[in-house]
Amino acid sequence: MTPRRLADLWKAQTSFRKSSAFHRHVDRAFRYLTLACAATTLLLVGAILWNLIEHAWPSITKFGLGFVTSSQWNPVKSQYGAASSIYGTLVSTAIALILALPISLAIALFLTSYAPPWLAKIVGTCVELLAAIPSIIYGMWGLFVFAPYMQKTVQPMLAKLPGPLFDGAPLGVGMLTAGIILALMILPFLTAVMRDVFAMTPPVLMESAAGMGSTSWEVTRKISIPYGLRGLIGATFLGLGRAIGETMAVTFVIGNSHRISTSLFAPGNTIASTLANEFNEADSPLLEAALIELGLILFVITLIIQILAHLWLKNLQKRQAR
Amino acid sequence: MTELRLSHRPATGRKVADVLVRVFSVLSAALGIFFLFWILWVVLKKGHTVLSWSFFTSAPPSPGEGVGGIKYALVGTLKMTGLACLMGVPVGLLTGVYLAEFGRHGAFASGVRFCVNLLMGIPSILVGLFAYTVIVLAAPRHYSGNAGAFALAIIMLPTVARTSEDMLLLVPDALRESALALGIPRWRMITGILFRAARKGLLTGVLLSVSRVSGETAPLLFTALNNNFYPKNLSQPTANLTVTIYNYAMSPYDNWQRVAWGASLVIMAFLLGVTLLLRFILKERHRS
Repeated sequence: MTPRRLADLWKAQTSFRKSSAFHRHVDRAFRYLTLACAATTLLLVGAILWNLIEHAWPSITKFGLGFVTSSQWNPVKSQYGAASSIYGTLVSTAIALILALPISLAIALFLTSYAPPWLAKIVGTCVELLAAIPSIIYGMWGLFVFAPYMQKTVQPMLAKLPGPLFDGAPLGVGMLTAGIILALMILPFLTAVMRDVFAMTPPVLMESAAGMGSTSWEVTRKISIPYGLRGLIGATFLGLGRAIGETMAVTFVIGNSHRISTSLFAPGNTIASTLANEFNEADSPLLEAALIELGLILFVITLIIQILAHLWLKNLQKRQAR
Repeated sequence: MTELRLSHRPATGRKVADVLVRVFSVLSAALGIFFLFWILWVVLKKGHTVLSWSFFTSAPPSPGEGVGGIKYALVGTLKMTGLACLMGVPVGLLTGVYLAEFGRHGAFASGVRFCVNLLMGIPSILVGLFAYTVIVLAAPRHYSGNAGAFALAIIMLPTVARTSEDMLLLVPDALRESALALGIPRWRMITGILFRAARKGLLTGVLLSVSRVSGETAPLLFTALNNNFYPKNLSQPTANLTVTIYNYAMSPYDNWQRVAWGASLVIMAFLLGVTLLLRFILKERHRS
């Protein structure tokens, strides 16, 4: 080898070494960068919790546990309690789930077992599109179109039923209307999960049941539903989480009143709707703190639902792995 | 024995139950479709009267007279969504990279995954509240479009992170191994090869997150507020479509309510379009 070519080789080698050292550094930097971004999500969750607690502190120290049990909301006397908002949140969510669960189950059944594929495709797309309509449009439609319809047609009919649930003047807006609209909003999510759950049932099981003379409802009730029960409960968590924090649609139609009433016709409020309605007008620091404490309660509720759902699904995966 | 008994059981009741369930399921499907078209039809009927080219290029109307337009709100929404993308997409994407490429099975990664799910499930109004406490209260109470964009970015982040992780995991490991075997450094392998292979999926995630935030009202209520002026920059309260719809719909003025329906129609058309497009893209993927 000529000295000249040797020198070239030498140069190439050092430059390779240098560049590989360079790339090692870049690699490490890149890795830390992605790590930092991933850590951001942890940080965000912590920061949200911390900030809410910090800004709710004046209210937490002033009202203590009584905040959760008192239904007073009196800006004049500076007395605030969360009971009516919490009650409204739970009741509207319960109405939504009671209505949406059977209907979404039936739609999922229709899509997976009854409808011919071309029809299932169209219906499936339509139900999915319900999820694309933004909350505020549900709210406007609810206030200007659906609530008057409820007032004139549905509520007078329901009022004939006995019991305290359907007492009082049919106002159109109120807990029931809010619950129905919430049901409509969570319907696509529930349907999608239930459809997947039904599709997971091994065909062999279903075919054997059908071969033994089961009707298709019996196949669903005795094979598909027990097989996918855990997934179906997971779907319920999902719907619960969605309905509980829904803001705009509810704010439009729930009537916004800090009163607890047994009648579903009565106006009420939820945590989210109270925030949307009153936060910008909160003129005293204590009212602002009380509203932020409401937000904190909502956050803790969602946190609990998410953790339960997480544990549930983890358990589910473990079982399936076995 | 059970099988024998089954065959002797009268079938009428069971058949009736089956038919009832069948009818209920058809009715439920019809109900879902009915409500969809009811809402679409109402928005179309009430919104189309104000739609014209000038609706997109004019200043907002004064109360009680004329229709004006939604130019300011449209520009404000676009600017805030753009800024939110600049903040939310890179962080979300790199989080996805960490989860798919570096962390995969570690305890830290599963913690991150849990937090991503948690962030996805947080009610958007709480994100608005958080942005209020962090940004609006940072200066002596100053509402701004920046605060709104920050809130929107937090909502985008988990969606982008999760789809990125899923889409990167779809790229076969053989591609990673052959790239590394050629001596390509890992960061070049990820940015030059994996990103390119998963291009379509990553784009889907971004589109999905944009569609998620473009209909959001709640996170903007306490942050960006609204404004009657052209949003030159985002350091002031900023006009935007959704809060404009909210304010106008709740107002007593007939012309404002008509503008609210018109703006709703614009947003709804955009969202339905994006949703159908995403469905189409994902199905193409599925087929190939």
